[in-house]
Amino acid sequence: MTAQTLYDKLWHSHVVHEEADGTVLLYIDRHLVHEVTSPQAFEGLKLAGRPLWRVDSVVSTADHNTPTNDWDKGIQDPISRQQVETLDANIKAFGALAYFPFKDKGQGIVHVMGPEQGATLPGMTVVCGDSHTSTHGAFGALAHGIGTSEVEHVMATQTLVAKKSKNMLVRVDGKLPAGITGKDVALAIIGKIGTAGGTGYAIEFGGEAIRELSMEGRMSLCNMAIEGGARSGLVAVDQKTIDYVKGRPFAPKGEQWDAAVAYWNTLHSDNGAQFDQVVVLDAADIQPQVTWGTSPEMVTDINGRVPDPAQEADPVKKGSIERALAYMGLQAGTPMSEIPVDIVFIGSCTNSRIEDLRDAAAVARGRQKAANVKQVLVVPGSGLVKAQAEQEGLDKVFIEAGFEWREPGCSMCLAMNADRLQPGERCASTSNRNFEGRQGQGGRTHLVSPAMAAAAAVAGHFVDIRSL
Amino acid sequence: MKAFTTLNGLVCPLDRANVDTDAIIPKQFLKSIKRSGFGPNLFDEWRYLDHGEPGMDNSQRPLNPDFVLNFPRYAGAQVLLARENFGCGSSREHAPWALEDQGFRVVIAPSFADIFFNNCYKNGLLPIVQPAEVVDQLFRECEAAEGYTLNVDLAAQTITTPSGQVFGFEVTEHRKHCLLGGLDEIGLTLQHAEQIKAYEAQRRQSQPWLFA
Repeated sequence: MTAQTLYDKLWHSHVVHEEADGTVLLYIDRHLVHEVTSPQAFEGLKLAGRPLWRVDSVVSTADHNTPTNDWDKGIQDPISRQQVETLDANIKAFGALAYFPFKDKGQGIVHVMGPEQGATLPGMTVVCGDSHTSTHGAFGALAHGIGTSEVEHVMATQTLVAKKSKNMLVRVDGKLPAGITGKDVALAIIGKIGTAGGTGYAIEFGGEAIRELSMEGRMSLCNMAIEGGARSGLVAVDQKTIDYVKGRPFAPKGEQWDAAVAYWNTLHSDNGAQFDQVVVLDAADIQPQVTWGTSPEMVTDINGRVPDPAQEADPVKKGSIERALAYMGLQAGTPMSEIPVDIVFIGSCTNSRIEDLRDAAAVARGRQKAANVKQVLVVPGSGLVKAQAEQEGLDKVFIEAGFEWREPGCSMCLAMNADRLQPGERCASTSNRNFEGRQGQGGRTHLVSPAMAAAAAVAGHFVDIRSL
Repeated sequence: MKAFTTLNGLVCPLDRANVDTDAIIPKQFLKSIKRSGFGPNLFDEWRYLDHGEPGMDNSQRPLNPDFVLNFPRYAGAQVLLARENFGCGSSREHAPWALEDQGFRVVIAPSFADIFFNNCYKNGLLPIVQPAEVVDQLFRECEAAEGYTLNVDLAAQTITTPSGQVFGFEVTEHRKHCLLGGLDEIGLTLQHAEQIKAYEAQRRQSQPWLFA
C-alpha cells in the first residue's frame, strides 16, 4: 500500500460514494451547531419535512450573540435574543446529543466547547457553520467550516458533497524560543504563505516545534489555518492528544477506549507520504508577532516596523498596503513597539482556553493596566474554562490589574454582541481576524498572542514580552 | 435554487484584493433568521456613509458616492469583477445571499476563498476563476467603456466580451449539473440513502465510540 498523508487517511475512510469527476459524498461524524448559521438550515428541513439524519451527531451551543456581562438581565438586543431562542426551539424540536444553551455551565465558544466535552475526537470528520472549525484538526480530525446550505445538507443526509483538497505540509523545525506560542507560529506561517497560500489545500502542521506545542497551542494554530486560506489544518495524533481526550464527557470509555486509542495511534502521515507542497520554517526565527494591517498576512514581529508602500513593486499589493495604513491610522516606518493601544481583548476561539488565560495572567500578575488603555476585556472560552480559571485565582489577578473578567462567548472577536470597538479605537486582540470593521465599524485590530495582549495592556503600547 | 444557464450582464469592477466576507456583509446583519433581504446591506460599510443596523430603512441612508457600486453607470450590474482571494474569512453564506439578493449572478476573480466559492454554487451564483492577466484586461475594458457587459454561458463554459473575445472557465461536472438544473442537492444525495446507511452500519461496527 502506498504511503498516505494523514489527510488522505481521514478522507478515504469517510468516502461513501464517488462520482466520475471525483466529487464524493463524505460522511460526517460530528456536526457542531450554533445560533448564527443554523436557523435557515432548520427552516429548510421544516419546509421539506425532513428530520435530522443522525440526532446523536449534533452538539450545539449559543456563542456568537450572547452577552458577556449582566447575564441576569438576559439578552438585551431583541434580534440577538430571537436568534438564540430560535436555536433553543430548533434543538427542542429536532434533538441533539448535547446542547449547552445560554447561561448553561457548559456553554461556550463552539470550538472551545467541542474539544473540552470530548465531542471532538481523533479520526472524526467535524463540520460546523463556522470557518474556524479548522480548530478541531488539532486532534487529528478532518474538520472544516461549511455554509448554511451545507449545514442543512449534513443535517438531512449526514454527508457533504465534497472534492478532495491537495496536501500541504508546513513543518516548523527546531525548538521555539521561550514565550513563543501557537499563535505566533500561526501568524508567522500566514506571514510567509499569505492569506491565500493554503487555498485548495489541507495543511498538516508538523516538525519538532509543533510536537512540542500543547493541545491548546495546536488548537490556536489549526484555528488560523483558515486565515492562511486552508479550510482544514491538521496535527498528527500523539500521546498529548490522547491524554487530553481521556476522561472527557463524550470520550469513549472502557474497552471502547482501548480500541479507539489503537486506531487513533495510526492517525499520522506515513513515512514517505507525498505532499503537493512543503513549507519549512525554523522555529528559532519566530519572534512575538503583531499584525499592522487589515489582513492577517499583514504581520511583522515586535521588533519590526510598519512597512512602506513605496517599497512595494506590485500595484495591487501597494494599493492594499496604502489602504490598510490609512484605515489603521499608521505611518510607514513606525516601530511596532511605539504603537499605543486603546483597548485589549483577550478571548475568541483562537485564544480563550485555560493555557491562554494562564499566559495572560502571568504577565498581568502584580502589574496594572496602563492609564491610556481604556478597557481590557478577558473573555473565557467557555463556562468550564471560566470555572477552572477562577479555581486557579486567575480572575483575581486580572481584576487586580484593572482588567474586566467576563462571561464566556465570541464577544469582541466579531462584535455581534455589545462588545465592540468604537470608530478609530485601536485594539490589541488575541482573536483571528484584523479585517476592516471586524471588531466594530472603524475599529483597528492588531492580532497578538495572549501574553503579548496582556503586555500591551500594562505597557499601554506593544512591547516584547521577553523584555518585561 | 435558481438555475443558471446563460447571462448577458452589466459588469461592476471592485478593484480590491482580499475582499473578506465581513466586508461583503457585516456581522450585525447575521442576526437575521431568514435567508433573503441581505442585498441592501451588501458591502454596507463601504456603501453607506453612516453605520448600518438591521431594521433601518436603507433607502433613507446616505450613500458613499466614491464606492463603485453606487456609481450610476453600474446600477443593475449582474457580474462582479474582483481581485484575488475574494470571499476570504468567515463561512457565512449570508455573503452569497447578499450578492444574489443585490442582483449579482456571476463573480469573476483570479482566485476565491474555498468556503465562499463553494457557498456560491448552492445559491445560483456562479464564481469564475480567470488568470490574473485576463482579469486585468476585463478591469481595463470595463472601466473604459460605460455599459460594458459580459456574456456568460455555463453549458459552454465560456465568457464572451463585447468585442467577441472568448475565455473558457473550469467547473466540475457535478456543480455544473446542479447549477444548470437549479437542483435540490439534498434530494440528489438522498438518492444514495441506502449507501449512506450501509456505510454507517459498517462504521458503527468498526468505531462504535462514534455513536451514542
